[in-house]
Amino acid sequence: MNHLLRHLAPISDSGWELLDGEARERLLPPLAARRLVDFAGPHGWQHSATNLGRVEAVDSPAADGVAAAQRRVLPLVELRAEFSVSRAELADNDRGALDADLERLDEAAQRIAIAENVAVFHGWAKAGIAGIAEASPVEAQALGASAEDYPRSVARAVEALREVGVEGPYGLALGPDEYTRVIETAEHGGYPLFDHLEKILGGPIVWAPGVKGAVVLSLRGGDFLFESGQDLAIGYSHHDADAVHLYLEESFSFRVATPEAAAPLSS
Amino acid sequence: MGFDQYHEPPEELSAETRTFARLCASLTEEAEAIGWYEQRLAVEGDADARAIMRDAQGEEFKHFAMDLEFLLRRSPRWQEICAGVLFQDGDIVEHGEAAEAGSADAGDGGESESGTAASSLGIGSLRGEDR
Repeated sequence: MNHLLRHLAPISDSGWELLDGEARERLLPPLAARRLVDFAGPHGWQHSATNLGRVEAVDSPAADGVAAAQRRVLPLVELRAEFSVSRAELADNDRGALDADLERLDEAAQRIAIAENVAVFHGWAKAGIAGIAEASPVEAQALGASAEDYPRSVARAVEALREVGVEGPYGLALGPDEYTRVIETAEHGGYPLFDHLEKILGGPIVWAPGVKGAVVLSLRGGDFLFESGQDLAIGYSHHDADAVHLYLEESFSFRVATPEAAAPLSS
Repeated sequence: MGFDQYHEPPEELSAETRTFARLCASLTEEAEAIGWYEQRLAVEGDADARAIMRDAQGEEFKHFAMDLEFLLRRSPRWQEICAGVLFQDGDIVEHGEAAEAGSADAGDGGESESGTAASSLGIGSLRGEDR
């Protein structure tokens, strides 16, 4: 038994298999940050803070001649996206139905993935998380009005990173609208824009729901650090005669070690 | 050619399980080689030969670590238990017992493919994954 209390849910083994499989399938595409930043963990639900390796002075509690300092840490945040599943749908799945309605799970997966992306790329001030785009000292340049402008702006962003000694390969997180423009565009001569951008970057182009505009960042490692406490999991809240109420949950911290290793591009 | 790393008919195993089994076999081989080099180093008197064997043993340490890391990334509960034991000061057995008891599916009758016992969706890092 653990805090997710899955054993208390009126859900069969095949029901859990269905829900976990669906959650994974729906979470994998939009989890953009995990495709581009360093990932450490999971360290477990009881892992509460990330060591920052820094201290701040505090008054000594007693005698003179004793210096005091307090460690600074970054507390992990918890994200939870609630959803419910019809008990009739779960019963039909147990009978062998292949078309269970899991729309609310799908929506919850999308919500929590977007929240993770926003925290990593644009920050979450109240949780003490500085996002990659906000932390970058590189002034945001315009991505361009049309997709044909993207190669030039992405190449300039890559050049800006190289100029300050940040090596590649580089990755590109693109907001959904910008991503769609890229995949539906072919340049003069029919060369796909997607392939051209990949050649400039030397790394992946990632569909990143929740990202405004785009962010070019180095993938050399050590610059952007995602620390997972409990990785994404489904837990049980309660149930009634009609539905089981569940949630997707994770805990994590994120910090930027090298702000200059990313260059934001505005839409 | 034998396929000794499998204890079940390979054709009944998924590709992921076969990969997992191959890396488990590789991990065992690296640990075995580390032990062999340790014994050879204990009896070898020639300094040059010892230097070569020490270098070779270092390679095996690296291979073992890479195999282990791969396996832990594919097995969240194994990773969780290892996190409670590895690189910790203090009593190893106590850490092991605590890590096992505190692991995600402890108390649910051990590991299960069904999902009642598993907790994390096992997503982790997606670096290098095609989307």
